[in-house]
Amino acid sequence: MDIFITGLLLGGTYALIAMGLNLQYGVARIMNLANGEILVAGGFTAFWFYTAGQLSPLLTIFVAAPLAFAVNWVIYRVMLEPLVRRAKNRGQLEVDSILATFGLSFVAVGIMLAVFGGDYFNYAYLAVPVNLLGDTYALNRVMAFLAAVLICGLLYLWLNRTRAGLSIRAIAVSPESAQLVGISTRKLAAIAFALGGAVTAVGGVLISSFLTLDASTGVIFTLKALIIVIMGGVGDVRGTIAAALLLGVVETFVAAVIDPGLTLAAAYTLFILILLFRPQGLFGKKPA
Amino acid sequence: MKRRSVLKLGASAALATPFLARAALASDAIKIGAVAPKTGPLAGGSAVTHWPNVRLWAAQVNERGGLMVDGGQRMVEIIEYDDQTNPGETIKAVQRLATQDEADFIIAPYGTGLNIASAPIFARYGYPQIAVSAITDQVADLSSKFPGMFFTLGSTSTFVEDVVGILSDMRDAGQLSGSKVAMVNVADAFGIELATAARPLMESAGFELVYDTSYPLGTQDLSPVVKGAKAAEPNAFVAWSYPPDTFGLTEQAVIEDLQVEAYYTAVATCFPAFGARFGAQAEGILGAGGVDPDSQAFKDYAAAHMAVTEAAPDHWASATTYASLQVLEQAIESVGLDRDAVTEHLRGARFETVLGPMSFNDQNFNEAYWTVGQWQDGVFQGVASRNRDGAKTVRVKQGWSA
Repeated sequence: MDIFITGLLLGGTYALIAMGLNLQYGVARIMNLANGEILVAGGFTAFWFYTAGQLSPLLTIFVAAPLAFAVNWVIYRVMLEPLVRRAKNRGQLEVDSILATFGLSFVAVGIMLAVFGGDYFNYAYLAVPVNLLGDTYALNRVMAFLAAVLICGLLYLWLNRTRAGLSIRAIAVSPESAQLVGISTRKLAAIAFALGGAVTAVGGVLISSFLTLDASTGVIFTLKALIIVIMGGVGDVRGTIAAALLLGVVETFVAAVIDPGLTLAAAYTLFILILLFRPQGLFGKKPA
Repeated sequence: MKRRSVLKLGASAALATPFLARAALASDAIKIGAVAPKTGPLAGGSAVTHWPNVRLWAAQVNERGGLMVDGGQRMVEIIEYDDQTNPGETIKAVQRLATQDEADFIIAPYGTGLNIASAPIFARYGYPQIAVSAITDQVADLSSKFPGMFFTLGSTSTFVEDVVGILSDMRDAGQLSGSKVAMVNVADAFGIELATAARPLMESAGFELVYDTSYPLGTQDLSPVVKGAKAAEPNAFVAWSYPPDTFGLTEQAVIEDLQVEAYYTAVATCFPAFGARFGAQAEGILGAGGVDPDSQAFKDYAAAHMAVTEAAPDHWASATTYASLQVLEQAIESVGLDRDAVTEHLRGARFETVLGPMSFNDQNFNEAYWTVGQWQDGVFQGVASRNRDGAKTVRVKQGWSA
């Protein structure tokens, strides 16, 4: 039980890391390799507000999310839309966006180095034990998990119960046909990309309360997010959640029962198994 | 096709990123090359320990008019490169400094791996390499292969020996109520080497390893590790850890209320950020490194560090990095810019540094250095050293109450 809860908490962290990339890749069709840098930038913002003004990371979210939304919207409009427009097919867009955002990640690291310096940063927020079912857990991780549940729940409801969500799902399935029924692909893809960036930044804000970050750590999160999104199935919120929780529980189980040294091996074994037996991901649809 | 374009882009980005910072100085300035991580996994450590000292030293030398060479004073000009924590980039940058920039001297890189990787290229171009952040047991082998390579910060086995020594002393004094040790390490060259060296030493000192495991670099949740250690009910906890996990393990230890009489984490325990993060909870935590913060030389150095770089030095390799530059400075002022003569001078002479006198034995190894420190009343104090004065008495870890 202890292992299961620890695993779920870690899974919640993973969901926060991966949810934004899922929106960006699944809907806006941009494989954003600078995703981890947005996350670290969110963490920096939380650190800055916390150390400068003792502002709770939970409140920083309301600053970081709109800011990240705006920044990502501009990035999409200025840098990525020309790529979308000239791409003849999805494959070409993927190659182009990987190249462009790979470059962007270097720029982002450089900017963060210049603004915040290369030092490690962290702070103590809610780093107190909380007792659940007879075992102790860190309150900041529990809080991040609850926030992950809330964010994923809202996203799911929004995508499945609203008209805008329906349009976004239509784009995810078939951008060409979506245009035929009067959906502004351009506008909505930009919104989906920006929303993905905002969710990632919020993830960064929450994660910074228990992880030590520095300007160069973004790539670790990008890789983790990539694995989770591909395992869960591109463009499906449920898939990302399921994959994130599965990964969290498996890693914790291996760490607690077998050996902490094997967590990476376990994660990649799971990844390979899913690629072998369900290449479209847990919740992905088979290509027609 | 896709992969090839990604690789191509990677290569061109890698070529384009090294930041090149040149001060516009007089053309007769002495060119000093510096290559170390500004990005990549070791960037956080070098941003605390390495780069500020390079800048501090250059600022101080130029403030007093430069280095005395051949009867005249010449300013120094630092040429900086980012090696992205990539040994290939370190080698390329050293080569470029030697051939393109025609640097007079090159400051040793940051990190054990990067120093060893670039040693052949330093040797080929005949540059002395006064390594700081390079802790290894291969000193004899390396210095015989690369006669211009010097070591200032100590060796793997002495670091482990002194940790085991402190635990033994605590047990003999009745401060440890048993011989059970939980030991964990980061699954990286550094952590594995230290853990491997520690196992036989722990055993021969009569300690029982009740928990012994490794975890991958970059593990995002260390609670299973700390829970496992706690379940083994150890008297002492030892982690051969790297910066992010030094913080992560300690945070979990606080949350799990890991009750041990000695708690040790390795790299970054001595960082100012560690004290800032854990405050009173850090009291009694042992860590790699140490200095004598009460010595006047260190106080002056820390004040200058603060004034020039707007950050506090760490209480370990920061001062050694600065001392290595003082050694280089004194060698240049003694024999001039002839690199072979400087290397020869480094072997024989004795230098005055912020840490006290420094000299190298016949294996180019500085035998006076700090090995273990401890947070005591909010300051990271040296508690064990080889041939350095000022070690404080070790204290028992008294819980985690803040």
